[in-house]
Amino acid sequence: MSGPGTPDWKVGDVLAEKTLPPISRLQLIKYAGASGDFNPIHTIDDAAEEAGLPGVIAHGMLTAAVMGSLLSPYLGIGFVRELYTRFSGMVFVGDELRVGGEVSGVEEAEDGRLFSFDVYVRRGEDIPASGSVVFAVS
Amino acid sequence: MFEKFEKFERLVGLASEPVENVVERGAVRKFAEAIGDSNPVYVDGEAAKNSVHGRLIAPPTFPRTFDYGSILGAEAPDNGLIHGDHRIIYERPLFVGETVFCRVGVSEYFEKEARSGTLGFLVTERFGETPDGERIFTMRDTVILTPAVRATMEKRS
Repeated sequence: MSGPGTPDWKVGDVLAEKTLPPISRLQLIKYAGASGDFNPIHTIDDAAEEAGLPGVIAHGMLTAAVMGSLLSPYLGIGFVRELYTRFSGMVFVGDELRVGGEVSGVEEAEDGRLFSFDVYVRRGEDIPASGSVVFAVS
Repeated sequence: MFEKFEKFERLVGLASEPVENVVERGAVRKFAEAIGDSNPVYVDGEAAKNSVHGRLIAPPTFPRTFDYGSILGAEAPDNGLIHGDHRIIYERPLFVGETVFCRVGVSEYFEKEARSGTLGFLVTERFGETPDGERIFTMRDTVILTPAVRATMEKRS
């Protein structure tokens, strides 16, 4: 697979922030189908309104997936060992999310190196989700 | 009002029977597309062969799509549940095509007072194992039950 070679990440290194296409209703419908989470507050306006929301909201696990995709360019050389997402706000249709992170630890393990990252998903100055990723490079 | 919501408290320690799941190639492709991350290691057999894994792998959040079985009495209404946090820990990548036995258990229930009333915190753990019982991943989720959900469920029971 083409892609970056073995990264030489050090604590404090910042990963390039990634800007995603605005969340669309079609994406929420696709995610509902692909994940099997058909809670209508994610796809149908009336259901969202009934739940007291100003509009349909993205699935929390879609936001988690977006966070997990930060390390995607490196999957040819390793894998996501751990992903932690804390949900702190709602994501709406039209939101333009940016995902980024910073190296918080480097550890030698039996089967390779473990890189830890503090990661976030932001919309402007708002942080609808933050957490951490441990990436294993063998 | 200060009495804990027993319905959830008594679920702690309960677990489902394991359910057989298969990491289907088409399901992974659709999932990757939906999350906007069609990485070649998820979808392109050739690219995957040249990766360190030597085969197709699934996106880190894919295990959310599996059937984990159900715990009798743990059904909650859709509306009013808030996903608090999510953690998944892998022992190794999840491979496309493999069979995974999945189960879910309730590990904790506690409550906190908030301005809006009493909030319930339900912590569940989900496990994925090979047919030989080798652990592939462990998931831990906190779901927050709003006062509205508790009211609905109290009416039902």
